[in-house]
Amino acid sequence: MSIFTLKQSKPAPKAKTGILGWVIRNLFSSKTNTVLSLLALYLLYVILPPLLDWMIFSADFSAKTNAECTQEAACWSYIGEKMGLFMYGLYPLEAHWRPNLLLTITLLFALVVRFSYLFKDFKYKVILSLFVVYPLIAFFLLYGNDFLGIKIIETNKWGGLMLTIVVASVGIVASFPIGILLALGRQSKMKTIQFLSIAYIELIRGIPLITILFMVAVMLPLFFTEGIEFDKLLRALIGITAFQTAYIAEVIRGGLQAVPKGQHEAADASGLSFTQKMVFIILPQALKISIPNIVGSFIALFKDTTLVLIIGIFDMLAIAGLATSDTDWLGRKTEGLVFVAMVIWVLLYLMSRYSKTLEKRFNTEH
Amino acid sequence: MFGFLNNNKIRFVLFQVLAVLIVAYVAYYAISNLNYNIERLGIRSGFDFLEVRAGFDITEHLIAYTVDSSNLGAFYVGLVNTIVVSVIGIIFASILGFIIGIARLSSNYLISKLAETYVEIFRNIPILLQIFFWYNLMLISLPSPRNSFDFFDKVFFNLRGIYLPKPIFESEFSWVVIAFFLGASLSFFSKRFFSKKHDKTGTKQRTWHYHLLSLLGLPLGVYLLLGAPLHFDYPSLQGFNFEGGLSFSPEFLALVLALSIYTATYISEAIRAGIESVDNGQKEAGLAMGLTQTQTLKFVLLPQALRVAIPPIINQYLNLTKNSSLAAAIGYADLVGVFSGTVLNQVGQAIEIILMTMAVYLTLSLLISLGLNFVNHKMRIKGLNE
Repeated sequence: MSIFTLKQSKPAPKAKTGILGWVIRNLFSSKTNTVLSLLALYLLYVILPPLLDWMIFSADFSAKTNAECTQEAACWSYIGEKMGLFMYGLYPLEAHWRPNLLLTITLLFALVVRFSYLFKDFKYKVILSLFVVYPLIAFFLLYGNDFLGIKIIETNKWGGLMLTIVVASVGIVASFPIGILLALGRQSKMKTIQFLSIAYIELIRGIPLITILFMVAVMLPLFFTEGIEFDKLLRALIGITAFQTAYIAEVIRGGLQAVPKGQHEAADASGLSFTQKMVFIILPQALKISIPNIVGSFIALFKDTTLVLIIGIFDMLAIAGLATSDTDWLGRKTEGLVFVAMVIWVLLYLMSRYSKTLEKRFNTEH
Repeated sequence: MFGFLNNNKIRFVLFQVLAVLIVAYVAYYAISNLNYNIERLGIRSGFDFLEVRAGFDITEHLIAYTVDSSNLGAFYVGLVNTIVVSVIGIIFASILGFIIGIARLSSNYLISKLAETYVEIFRNIPILLQIFFWYNLMLISLPSPRNSFDFFDKVFFNLRGIYLPKPIFESEFSWVVIAFFLGASLSFFSKRFFSKKHDKTGTKQRTWHYHLLSLLGLPLGVYLLLGAPLHFDYPSLQGFNFEGGLSFSPEFLALVLALSIYTATYISEAIRAGIESVDNGQKEAGLAMGLTQTQTLKFVLLPQALRVAIPPIINQYLNLTKNSSLAAAIGYADLVGVFSGTVLNQVGQAIEIILMTMAVYLTLSLLISLGLNFVNHKMRIKGLNE
């Protein structure tokens, strides 16, 4: 009679565990998978080494002049040399502290709003007053004001990343209230108002931004009485806002439609007027639902902002072209474009991540 | 005193009248100023300029155009170029987007990560920047015509663009086209015949060889019978440049490349969302019914996935068409570049020209939306909401 003894269990085969196991499971589990993996590896082999070589390994980070810089790979010292141009455009060097200060103030305000739960009692008063004060500070700092003794810097000097951010931010903020009105108009039972809203929204959404920009650049002054002059940047802002309004309206309409019907009925039953119902019951919920999409729409606007270069405003992308006209740095356009792409990419990537977290935070579905 | 304002009916009328009055006033203000300013600045108005000789050349024209053509001719050239660039962009974006969308769902780690990286990179870079980037890359890296990349001495690729053999159709070729349509309708009817037979008797027949024969065999047979009424005009190096053949400029190539790469990211996301929207139980049910993998995909999964994916994809087609207007930034002769650019600079009649351009894009958008509605109607779940 043999006595049962527990045998030591064998370790799992090498091919099933550890890195090797993972590789086999995920990359070489079948014939098709193997072929695909090899294809992917080949693609990486074709793309990555030359790209990394151009961007990093053979690139020059320290050369002082174009002649010293390598011709075969990227010359990043060109970007360093032109950094001021890329960030602020032709904004005078001695005034660079102004956009920098504004950025600091913006971050501070963002912190205040973020931690506004610490002073709950007057939270809304603080936030609202920030919303009133902030645009004034921004305008006085960037443009200047004789009365306050801040030197005026005309908008044709503005440029670079600063201008890109200004245009996108003004566009989204200014289009917001009109967008809400249009969204409400589109949902309205009043047929003429509904028709006007739909006509505007669909008209704008049907044409490319570039034609709207052309229109405001060439035609806008013709629509006003003689003597009303429009700054070039102001024209672009008007065009961008008119464009963005239609898209924001659609985003908010999506939010309005997502508010359950019971909320409308409950508000009506409580005897609230239309305005009260909208302001206190429907819009807060609708806006909350649409926040991720509003961020998405801001991302789209940020990308579209590059189009202002077509009407002669020097946003960051335009600077990439302008900077190459410096005869000391001929033939460095690729570096400029890649740098601009990287900056915009990082900003947009962070924003899209942020919108994803918001989506999760606001998802109250069970 | 204002108690009547609380009456809903009166408020309805009042608000609507108010809205119309405001819009009418704004329109009146704008138009009267416009008229005044036009007179003051001595701007010509009207559409007479369309008949005037354009006086500039456009290198890329698919329809007849010379320096002596009218501005209307230039308008048509731009319109055709816009449509060509959009259609080709849509084709490439769809193919690329479909591949990437499927790849993102692949169980293969490398493939899905590669696809994800592609989407994340190209979706977050402005399309205009991408157009500039590819155009710039082409200008600095492509060889001169003398050293052009050469494929079998028939296709050439260089700084001036890509040169393909140009097919020249003789008059007999129309018979081949007729044969093709005949074959296509034959194939269509045979498909209906066999699917009816399948519905009635349940027997399934392999039919692909019928389709192959009628779609390809018939036109090919006619083509050979008529003695091959088609020859090619090959591009050849004449001095410093290529002559003959069918050529596409680097501007065109950069535009198509950027538009397809950019739009493909959105299309792939739509495809992925579509496939992910189909419940896994559907696949399991299909397999449990005894359908093969391919049949499950073809008859169960794809129809449901496409219903979700197609509307956003068509929206992306619309976006691509609108984005093609950025051609103006690198000097491709599309509608905005030629008409709102060159013609506008020469004639100076901004209002007419920009309104015409807007009208064209609106029409294109409307056409695509109509297509979308048609597809939605075709793909709706039958029996629901009827």
